[in-house]
Amino acid sequence: MSRNLYDLIGLAAGICFILALKGLSSPKSARRGNLIGAVGATVATVIVFFYTNDGKALNNQTLILAAIAVGTLVGVPAAQKVQMTQMPQLVALFNGVGGGAAALVAIVEYLNLGEKASTAVVVATVFTVTVGCVSFSGSIITFLKLQELMTTRPVVFPFGRQIIALTLIGVLVSGGWVISSGGTTPLLVNGLLSLLFGVLFVLPVGGADVPIVISLLNAFTGLTVAASGYVLQTTLLIVAGTLVGASGTILTKLMAQAMGRSLFGTLFGAFTAKAQVSAGMADARPVKSGSADDVAILLNYAQRVVIVPGFGLAVAQAQHAVRELADLLASKGVEVAYGIHPVAGRMPGHMNVLLAEANVPYEQLVEMEEINPTFPQTDVVLVVGANDVVNPAAKTTPGCPIYGMPILDVALAGNVIFLKRSMRPGFAGIENELLYETKTTLLFGDAKDSLTKVVSALKAL
Amino acid sequence: MATEFISNEIALLAIFLLSIFVGFEVVSKVSTTLHTPLMSGANAIHGVILVGAIVVADHAKTNLELGLALAAVVLATINMVGGFVVTDRMLQMFKGKPKAKKDVGDDK
Repeated sequence: MSRNLYDLIGLAAGICFILALKGLSSPKSARRGNLIGAVGATVATVIVFFYTNDGKALNNQTLILAAIAVGTLVGVPAAQKVQMTQMPQLVALFNGVGGGAAALVAIVEYLNLGEKASTAVVVATVFTVTVGCVSFSGSIITFLKLQELMTTRPVVFPFGRQIIALTLIGVLVSGGWVISSGGTTPLLVNGLLSLLFGVLFVLPVGGADVPIVISLLNAFTGLTVAASGYVLQTTLLIVAGTLVGASGTILTKLMAQAMGRSLFGTLFGAFTAKAQVSAGMADARPVKSGSADDVAILLNYAQRVVIVPGFGLAVAQAQHAVRELADLLASKGVEVAYGIHPVAGRMPGHMNVLLAEANVPYEQLVEMEEINPTFPQTDVVLVVGANDVVNPAAKTTPGCPIYGMPILDVALAGNVIFLKRSMRPGFAGIENELLYETKTTLLFGDAKDSLTKVVSALKAL
Repeated sequence: MATEFISNEIALLAIFLLSIFVGFEVVSKVSTTLHTPLMSGANAIHGVILVGAIVVADHAKTNLELGLALAAVVLATINMVGGFVVTDRMLQMFKGKPKAKKDVGDDK
């Protein structure tokens, strides 16, 4: 295959990626967009086998095909079997291995070129190895956090700030060392320090900010792919990597905005981290806690019920239980709707995916702007495992971390029921005044257990 | 090479810069509902590093190089194939707005 034909097909694949991202930005075309992207990626992979070596088989072709088979056998079942609640951490993991792959590609090419590598190529190599390693180890930590294999709270250790700063300096110095003197050892040191930096960079990030970090690391990986494209002089990799890097950056910013977080604060949380103290005093004011029967009675005699699902629902895998409750209420003539905050769940849009999986009718999912005016006509709001997205502090307490984030105005409804595990504040670490109001009833326990109990209590009524 | 109209380096730089603008433009107004699938889709796209992994595996000169390159092929394939499959699964949930009746109770 001639170089020109190869490049033209590569260009077509690049266009596929642009169309894929475009398609993914609108609900109607999203699925098609993803398919176009997959087609582009497949074409790009297949033509490599025909281009190099003038039509002869690639060196090590059997081994390469075997490696692809192994990767497919790992990736596809993981993607198919993962529970929808655990999907964000799988995406994090996929992103991490992508970053790792880019770093390895750059390392191999560097070893291969030896003395022949130009300075520009060495710089690009260092960039790929550094950022790819950060993305790899950082993604592993986000995976561990989301999978709850380690604490989701920010991890702060003594002299953390200094250690992180020193590591970063080490990464930069070792990078300079590679560029000035070359050789394998400096690159190895650079890679190891970058891996360490990735870990230290993500550890102080709190659970709520993890999605933003995943998105950021995703953009990082995109840039490493672009840089490795420069190392290999492959246009397609530059196009694909840059597209992901740029769109990922915008997406990270949009996500941070939607969650009312500052991107800067998230990024440099590593340097400024102090244990997020809860702004309010965790005092022992009285709250009204009820039993499942109390909740069932409240719901039974309501005309209109709005369910506000949150993070806790996802954690407890309670999406099917909540749907059972909603169906039961509907059969009793109660009007039921779900109020979906844009960032409910682990990630923006995650809640829609989870509820769609539980076959909740799409019409019942109401977005924040539409549901907010209806709260005064709502008798009961059932908040399942959500906290920050209904916290009035976002409106009333300037200076608190979530101030300015749009919230669901559940306080305007007749009664508010919170299904909570404990009085612990939400991820943002802010006390919720709403919990102490007289119209509020709390039902403590695992969201799924509580919902199941309420359902059986309702049936008994 | 030196007689080319624009040097290869400049061409690559131009491609890089133009891609940045396209990347910015393409996702600038996307609803929050689609943030997660979009991120996942973009994630799958950078799995195309698989192409790079195959190229370095092809011209690996030592066993160390080959081993690292093959590891890269495995990782990149996981990223690319897994990424597209999981994105598709996510987006399946969104389809069929009016009639949400689906009979694919697959893995449950």
